[in-house]
Amino acid sequence: MDCSELPTSDSNHILINNGSTKLRNTFFDSKKEMLEIHDLLEAFYHKYGYDFRQYSEAHIKRRILNRMTLSGIEDIQELKIKVLNDELFASAFLQDLSITVTEMFRDPLFYKSLRENVIPILKTYPFIKIWHAGCSTGEEVYSMAILLQEEGLFERTTIYATDFNQQVLNRAKEGIFSMKMMKEYAANYKLSGGKKVISDYYTSDDDNVIMNQSMKKKIVWANHNLVTDSVFAEVNLILCRNVLIYFDRKLQNNVQSLFHNSLIPGGVLCLGTKESLRFTDYNEKYSVLDEKQRIFKKKY
Amino acid sequence: MQYEAIVIGVSSGGLNAMKIIFSLLPKKFSIPIIIVQHIGSNSENRWIKLLNEKSNIELKEADEKERIEKGKVYIAPANYHLLIERNKTFTLTIDERVNYARPSIDVLFETAAEAYQKKIIGVVLTGSNNDGTKGLQRIKECGGLTIVQDPDTAESCFMPASAIASFKPDHILPLEEIVKLLIEIDIQNKKSE
Repeated sequence: MDCSELPTSDSNHILINNGSTKLRNTFFDSKKEMLEIHDLLEAFYHKYGYDFRQYSEAHIKRRILNRMTLSGIEDIQELKIKVLNDELFASAFLQDLSITVTEMFRDPLFYKSLRENVIPILKTYPFIKIWHAGCSTGEEVYSMAILLQEEGLFERTTIYATDFNQQVLNRAKEGIFSMKMMKEYAANYKLSGGKKVISDYYTSDDDNVIMNQSMKKKIVWANHNLVTDSVFAEVNLILCRNVLIYFDRKLQNNVQSLFHNSLIPGGVLCLGTKESLRFTDYNEKYSVLDEKQRIFKKKY
Repeated sequence: MQYEAIVIGVSSGGLNAMKIIFSLLPKKFSIPIIIVQHIGSNSENRWIKLLNEKSNIELKEADEKERIEKGKVYIAPANYHLLIERNKTFTLTIDERVNYARPSIDVLFETAAEAYQKKIIGVVLTGSNNDGTKGLQRIKECGGLTIVQDPDTAESCFMPASAIASFKPDHILPLEEIVKLLIEIDIQNKKSE
């Protein structure tokens, strides 16, 4: 590669910078800006009922600035007015603030540990209820369904898959994923200890795959908001992975309270590989099944 | 000028570059360093152990909500973006890839600029894409110090060249000179405390 021939700027770069630099030049008032963002989130909550007030500031700010650049909005006041008066725009804004990134068998070693350490516990129950909180477009829910089928537990299980974002829930229900991504998921599935080939679980055309109908019959898709809604059901296993990292400590603690109240004694809680119970009131209320994969068992 | 943190972005050729940096930085170096190195999503980060063997300062993976402290080196975990909050703690996210990367250098640098304003030093090293360019520019706009590895000395010149092509960084230097500059700044920092 000859770097002396690098163009002096690329068009994509200019596009992105037009918004943010014109808008917020040197020495902007970061504190004032944050107050305006809080004010916007407060107004959004009171008008639409979605509560992002206790989300990570840095994350929310990035998302908001991206939206402003994309829509050519100059300041947060202007954004607030648009959000409050234009419901279509508000709906797009809600999608901006939602975390919808997921993949099948994300962190394959977690699924391996699930097979080894959690499945034997689930096998002792006549009926099994699983709560997948913050399921987004459903990739991890279908991963769980595959795993349960291979372990012979699927028929006696109900999976409650919930998210506050109806748009992603609708997509999850369809169970249609791109062929291109499925190739990556196939590698994850293999690493996770999958017993068959992942293509056994879907039918496909050139571009897309659709998950087998038989997998959907045990999945209940439901709208539930971890921030504002209460206990959903009494369950044997909760999976909530890479959702709590977006929340501040206080909100994390509230959600852990919700999880603790939803699990039966001896029930299992699975968090994301970078999430922990350490700074919550619930650390002592669980024993550790797998420290590295963040799998915990509620004490009796 | 009191600098409170250093952010470093590095991609292909990064392991060798970091071996050099951390074999040269003294144990008493006190400005916290935060690094994004592009790495495979299922990486077990054995390379952190490898670097620790060569380094005078301990390197560790950044934990969710961990407070940034003096004398420490933090590395973004594989497959997560690393963000800095105004209260100088870390946030990890699984948001979409930025510049095909997660962790992305731009994400770290842009949030670092917001959190530290002019009290941040941004460093772009060897790499073969343009991640880091936008973030380093943001640091410059906020009044922070910007340093780019001299592309002629980089294992992969594209990333430093991309930054230089977009704006004028404060320093363009080979690795060893970057380390010397950082040590000098750290000494001045301590004197003015």
